[in-house]
Amino acid sequence: MLHRYLPHTPEDIAAMLDKCGMKSLDELYSDVPEELLLKRDYDLPDEMSEKEVRDFFRSLADNNRRLTCFAGAGYYDHYTPAVVKSVLQRSEFLTAYTPYQPEISQGTLQYIFEYQSMMASLTGLDVSNASMYDGATATAEAMLMTVAASRKRNRVLISDTVLPQVKAVIATYARYHGVRLDLIPECYGATSRQHLDEMLAEGDVAGVIVASPNRFGILEDFSGVADAVHGAKALLVMNSPASALGAIKSPGEWGADIAAGDAQSLGMPLNFGGPYLGYLCAVKSLMRKMPGRIVGATVDDSGKRVFVLTLQAREQHIRREKATSNICSNQGLMALFVSVYLSLLGAKGLKEVNRLGYAGAHYLAERLAATGKMELTYPGTSYLNEFVMTTVDKVDDIMAASVAAGILPGVKLGDHEIMIAVTEMQSRADLDRYVEVISSLSGDVKDN
Amino acid sequence: MNREYYGKLIFEHSRKGRGGYRLPSNGCTPSIDELPAMLLRGDAPELPEVDEPTVVRHYNNMSTNNFGVDTGFYPLGSCTMKYNPKINEEIAADPVIASLHPYQPVATVQGVLELYYTLQQMLSEIGGMSEFTLNPYAGAHGELTGLMIIRAYHAGRGDDKRVKVIVPDSAHGTNPASAAVAGLKVVEVKSREDGTVDVDDLRPLLDDTVAAVMMTNPNTLGIFERNIPEIATLVHDAGALLYYDGANLNPLVGVSRPGDMGFDVMHINLHKTFSTPHGGGGPGAGPVGVRKGLEHLLPNPRVVKRTDGTLDIEYSGDALGQVTGTLGNFAVAMRALSYILSLGAGGLKMVGRLATLNANYVKEALRDAYLLPVDGVCKHEFVFDGLADKSTGVTTLNVAKRLLDHGYHAPTIYFPLLFHESLMIEPTETESKETLDDFIRVMHDIAREAAESPELVKSAPHNTPVRHPDDTAAALHPVVTYKELSDNAQE
Repeated sequence: MLHRYLPHTPEDIAAMLDKCGMKSLDELYSDVPEELLLKRDYDLPDEMSEKEVRDFFRSLADNNRRLTCFAGAGYYDHYTPAVVKSVLQRSEFLTAYTPYQPEISQGTLQYIFEYQSMMASLTGLDVSNASMYDGATATAEAMLMTVAASRKRNRVLISDTVLPQVKAVIATYARYHGVRLDLIPECYGATSRQHLDEMLAEGDVAGVIVASPNRFGILEDFSGVADAVHGAKALLVMNSPASALGAIKSPGEWGADIAAGDAQSLGMPLNFGGPYLGYLCAVKSLMRKMPGRIVGATVDDSGKRVFVLTLQAREQHIRREKATSNICSNQGLMALFVSVYLSLLGAKGLKEVNRLGYAGAHYLAERLAATGKMELTYPGTSYLNEFVMTTVDKVDDIMAASVAAGILPGVKLGDHEIMIAVTEMQSRADLDRYVEVISSLSGDVKDN
Repeated sequence: MNREYYGKLIFEHSRKGRGGYRLPSNGCTPSIDELPAMLLRGDAPELPEVDEPTVVRHYNNMSTNNFGVDTGFYPLGSCTMKYNPKINEEIAADPVIASLHPYQPVATVQGVLELYYTLQQMLSEIGGMSEFTLNPYAGAHGELTGLMIIRAYHAGRGDDKRVKVIVPDSAHGTNPASAAVAGLKVVEVKSREDGTVDVDDLRPLLDDTVAAVMMTNPNTLGIFERNIPEIATLVHDAGALLYYDGANLNPLVGVSRPGDMGFDVMHINLHKTFSTPHGGGGPGAGPVGVRKGLEHLLPNPRVVKRTDGTLDIEYSGDALGQVTGTLGNFAVAMRALSYILSLGAGGLKMVGRLATLNANYVKEALRDAYLLPVDGVCKHEFVFDGLADKSTGVTTLNVAKRLLDHGYHAPTIYFPLLFHESLMIEPTETESKETLDDFIRVMHDIAREAAESPELVKSAPHNTPVRHPDDTAAALHPVVTYKELSDNAQE
């Protein structure tokens, strides 16, 4: 046997070469210049048995610390229902390509249609595409959309309160695409309205990007923002973690034109960074400016309602260098993840996820403040399930002590600032244990 | 595959008062209703209310209307639909790895960083490159990242004149689109009749405004660009860099390395060459490699090994910037690593050879009935220009749809754009001779049907779950959500 993935017997190879009029496999490469042929094996390990592969990963997986996770900053530890994992392993879904042949791809097309329906409703907007790589790239594509939609304008404003990784990716796309990106300053944890108005008044703005909950976990009040942005003939883009949209005012309700963000919070395993899913939704008038796949309903020749990839004239394989995006895939299986997750939870379940996060976060914030070792950095602001604390102890010391106790205490924002997230995953006992760890810290003098 | 159409949407199973979840209670009393009402949603989102058994049955039924590599032969050219090993799925589902937050302190994630670093190193060896990043999420995303690296390289030399990318007219559509998104102008270079780049056409295009030349090798006709050493010299002499689109890497696995051909920057599609599942469109991964001297430009964040052997995550000011929120689709990368370890150096050596053997075998067996516009040995794939007999009026689209009736996925059709009736076949190395023989028999049957009863082929497919969806209506009056569907139904 050659290898368990390779069905060829020596007789097969001989017969097939014969059909090609060849004597050896190397003859298949007779057109490759001799000096380009690799005359050795790769410097890689020998073939492993399945058990050895498993053992290899097991040994390295064990060299990580599984912690009770209070870290967020865009990626949250939520529960993954068993049903989701089970459906995602259906190999008809898992091992299919992009649904180019609708006659034998209705499974994929239908779940994308469901996904689009759910995300459009969740964001309060009319339409969704079939999904993007992640929240950061989805928001960068939203930025490109605002520029493409405005035709002549080439300036985008982004609030400093947007997540750092989202800002960083948008900055990269803007720099290389030649878009002028200006940062709207932050004021007490929220977008400075005064600066926003001034910057809009300077003109040439194609789009404005804001976030809620923002990078401090704060729910911003966007009253009047959409009117101001539209008054300047610009488009409003709003970035939120998808799960929060089950409770908080949606981008559509705020008057946003585009919603973009990460859907990881809809129960996707953290997986050290991915795969996640970026969502991109918009008002209907922007549908033809959207990048990526879109699935639409139609009928077949027997009159059955069926689904197809549609509006493909927007896409790179048709428009090539005139396309506004180079996206040629979607996050397929992760869109199925969202469809199944939201089917199980429904609006009530998603609201309850937010209720639990809110309750746990506010309980924890109060108890942590009561230790005297931390206080809310932005008291009086509204937050959902994530908040920033200013700490007496150095965050590095908090991190070390907590990790020793099996807790990931949050994400470090500064030497004495930590951002803490709570979801339905942390029990009351977990929250109390966190408080204990903080209480037991020795440092009581603020050092700088 | 079930040939009965299922067709229901989850919304149509919804009944008020049902649900498919039970969440734990944390017993904390603060209530979300304390938030100012103006920060809360007015109306609840329109999501279905469904019990767990119904959800499971719904999606399982839906899946049976889908065709995957596990269902049958998938000779989709340029997509490398090889077998997706099951052990990879177990590896990717590891509960410890699943729990790790991307911003955990590096001391608590040394294991996954080691895995990440190991794959970086292995891809560098396979690509003949100095260093790889696993961050880019897909092939097109890798192209974009690679072009940004090239722009950063020229900018770093203080050369801001280079605003053009030269792309062959046979290139994948993502090449010109990626160039445009990266802020570069696209110049097409014509292919010769065999689809290879015409060096004489390329030479005059190479001036000091060219940032890069993007190529895939073998090209989209499956033909090896034998002039690549000369092209590399020309490109480098002109001060430009040579970019390798890794979409067609599979036939070269174990045979030849892009770095040795003179490519400076490349991407690899882990979901093609390294067996990670396509998932109906994603998630994939498009790691990007660079030759020596360009490493510092790789995007942030980067996984690096310190002198004491520990691993770290680095953000560098020299880097082109950040193109992903995290270190990429980590669980996809782990599947690829599992695949490389499963095959080992010896197994990988056979991957390219057998992929190439399978393609040539099918080509030779079918060239009597289908028009082969470019003769000679191909690599992993080849392109027919439709049926040999053009008198029947049967098109490539008809042949593709007729294949569905016979239980095969269709090849890639109408790409590349060099021919009117392109039919692009890529069998991959994981298909047996018996599978190929049966496919060859069916392709011959279809050619015979086209001659004897052309209407049968022209009206295909006949026994798929749905037939001839109306694409025109879909695009003319787009209905893209369930809300629009139900609003239309009420009108």
